[in-house]
Amino acid sequence: MDLSLSTRTVDDRTVVEVGGEIDVYTAPKLREQLVELVNDGNYHLVVDMEGVDFLDSTGLGVLVGGLKRVRAHEGSLRLVCNQERILKIFRITGLTKVFPIHTSVEDAVAATD
Amino acid sequence: MATVELRFSALPEHVRTARLVAAAVARRAGVDEAVLDEVRLAVGEACTRAVGLHLSNGVEAPVRVTLTEEEKKFSIEVGDESPTSAALVSGSHPEMDDEAEGEDEMGLAVISGLVDDVEVTSSESGGVIRMSWPTSPQPLVS
Repeated sequence: MDLSLSTRTVDDRTVVEVGGEIDVYTAPKLREQLVELVNDGNYHLVVDMEGVDFLDSTGLGVLVGGLKRVRAHEGSLRLVCNQERILKIFRITGLTKVFPIHTSVEDAVAATD
Repeated sequence: MATVELRFSALPEHVRTARLVAAAVARRAGVDEAVLDEVRLAVGEACTRAVGLHLSNGVEAPVRVTLTEEEKKFSIEVGDESPTSAALVSGSHPEMDDEAEGEDEMGLAVISGLVDDVEVTSSESGGVIRMSWPTSPQPLVS
């Protein structure tokens, strides 16, 4: 299982739909995508994790890196995730306090702080 | 003696293979289905860390994974041969300026958050992460 990525624009947000496994092998692809989006001026990102089957700390590191980049431009990075096994990883690392996690893309796109 | 032993070149693409093998052997050993996700994640984290240590230190030796079925538990050992393993365990830098280092810390955080029985040891010849999970008493094979 590889990583699949697709992006679309909803209102002023850029939604990145991620599918498959995010691990040490595939995470660089996600990092590149996030860096490219930020370099192109997209500072409000929503990462949709509903299609993710596996996420490890390398993936978490990439998401934290993405958050740092958008924050440098006063942007935001929101996650969409309902899968318990993925949410668990955010909880045990304390990252639920760092990322706003939403139950749907609509919810994430509509959210302000 | 290990039930299954795996050695792989320290490359990111092989970490998935290690996860799949570990989960398959754990399932056969009687580790609860609900815990297999944790086994998969923990062994992946340990292997990722070992691969990172080998790559960043130019260690050409393979990463070792031993999967051992014991009477009431299933044990996994992931061993690296990186001489700086010890320094990395003790010298922590929690800030995320260096993303790779942050990931290493997070990998250990995930392992210790997931696995109740875990031990990280290191010496000048490398480090070992030992983890174990309880197994159900009855064999899965009918």
